[in-house]
Amino acid sequence: MQPLSNRAKQVDKKPMTLAERAYLPAIFQGLSITMRHFFMKKPTIRYPEEQRPFSPVFRGLHVLKRDEQGRERCTACGLCAVACPAEAITMVAGERKKGEEGLYREEKYAVSYEINMLRCIFCGLCEEACPKAAVYLQADKMAPPRFERDEFIYGKNRLVEPVSPDNRSKRGIQLTEEQAQQLRAKMDAQLA
Amino acid sequence: MLELPALGWQSIVIFVVFALSLLIATYCTYAERVIAAFLQDRVGPDRAGPYGLLQPLADAVKMFTKEEFFPSGANTALFIFGPCLAMITALMSSAVIPFGNVLEFGSNYFFLQGIEVNIGMLWVFGVVSLGVYGIMIGGWASNNKFSLLGAIRAASQNISYELAMGMSLIAVLMISGTLSLREITLQQSVAGEWHFWNIVKQPLGFIIFLVCAFAETNRTPFDLPECETELVGGYHTEYSSMKLGLYLFSEYVNIFVASAVMSVLYFGGFNFPFQYELRDWLVSNQDWTLAGAQNLITILGTVLLFGKIFGFIFFFMWVRWTLPRFRYDQLMRLGWTILIPLSIFNILLTGGLISFGIIQ
Ligand code: SF4
Ligand code: SF4
Repeated sequence: MQPLSNRAKQVDKKPMTLAERAYLPAIFQGLSITMRHFFMKKPTIRYPEEQRPFSPVFRGLHVLKRDEQGRERCTACGLCAVACPAEAITMVAGERKKGEEGLYREEKYAVSYEINMLRCIFCGLCEEACPKAAVYLQADKMAPPRFERDEFIYGKNRLVEPVSPDNRSKRGIQLTEEQAQQLRAKMDAQLA
Repeated sequence: MLELPALGWQSIVIFVVFALSLLIATYCTYAERVIAAFLQDRVGPDRAGPYGLLQPLADAVKMFTKEEFFPSGANTALFIFGPCLAMITALMSSAVIPFGNVLEFGSNYFFLQGIEVNIGMLWVFGVVSLGVYGIMIGGWASNNKFSLLGAIRAASQNISYELAMGMSLIAVLMISGTLSLREITLQQSVAGEWHFWNIVKQPLGFIIFLVCAFAETNRTPFDLPECETELVGGYHTEYSSMKLGLYLFSEYVNIFVASAVMSVLYFGGFNFPFQYELRDWLVSNQDWTLAGAQNLITILGTVLLFGKIFGFIFFFMWVRWTLPRFRYDQLMRLGWTILIPLSIFNILLTGGLISFGIIQ
């Protein structure tokens, strides 16, 4: 029969040789192997202190973007909720009142917008579906562990990006080509 | 022979040895995890305190606050008595081990040893053999077939390996001619003469003793009494809370005692090479008094003895995380058909070498 890989090994049940029956040579061989491992470099990453670098295409915690004038981009069209395979997004739409033009970009906006991070599979389909470039999955943040389930339902207070541009996510519309390259170079350096 | 130390000093030493055995056993649990982790390319516990050094404390808190569980149908009195006995016997055997030579202050001599008896070796063996009763009683009282199987295994394993262990010891006794552990230690280094450690005279005996020590302390590759893959937890399946803690602890105390006994019997105990040269050099070149130099040697010897003990403890753990467990029939075959004949052969060999004057 043709061997599939060249690693096939003939097994037979011949009686053990004296050296094998004495166990000691095999034991010392085993001990030397484990001793080598004792001094090897450990691949462990001590998580909260050390962090593994995220991939540049990492999909983490969602953010609801504002536009250049600081207005919320989301128009509560519901396309993200429809696209979501995990049914993690729920929202309530509302109409923009007079005088709120500085707050919301479109006439319709999301009064409430919730993502259940326990349901979400971080597939990014909501990001793809959004016609207003409002929802993004950040490359540098993830949903941290919490004690209670309801704390995983992120409302607008935790999703909408802060007004100050310094705090804006690096992902998506803010990340220029140059920045992306820098990030990639940094990560390649860390991974190498 | 120097004059007997005062009773007060003796009780202090016993108390210190007792506390030390417990402390070392506590930190053995930590060392075991770290060593296991390192041998498996991990880093081990490092959350509690710096380098995870408070981990044993955290474990103790956990053990003490766990639910105290009694299985229905268990014999409550024996169920409690089992782990206590295991712990008591484990601790008792450390009393006769000479942890150091003698400290000299004026005309007072202080031995760094709990009790000096001329049957020290028999004491250790007797007490260690009692230890299996702790396991037997615990396994029997649990009213659980896995526990009972574990207990039976422990008993038969200990009996089988005690024979080979005792006989490998006889060869040592033939050389030393005494059962006192202090005497055996002192014989391994006599001032003015070049005396070797017993390991040089008894290499085969040492290997037999080492293997038997693994079996007696129920460590891998002979940990069939608590064989998790077949017997859930073996003899301590039904145990919880600090009663389980006592069983686990007594195992580490046993390892400590076994390591100490091996260091004393085969590795010169508190002796170290060139100790007398060092003493004479201190006295003649550095203007030390003889007593002062002797005390320094004693302290150094004690430190080094602990170094040897820790080396053995490390070896125990190293082996545990390297070797798989023996099958039960392999274990019995190894004990009865290999180790016992080998130890008899070792006795004959030693006798022959002594009668031809090659070793003494
Ligand atoms: S990332 Fe995927 S699963 Fe998560 S909310 Fe968006 S579409 Fe739903
Ligand atoms: S985030 Fe985008 S897709 Fe979702 S409701 Fe808002 S505008 Fe529509």
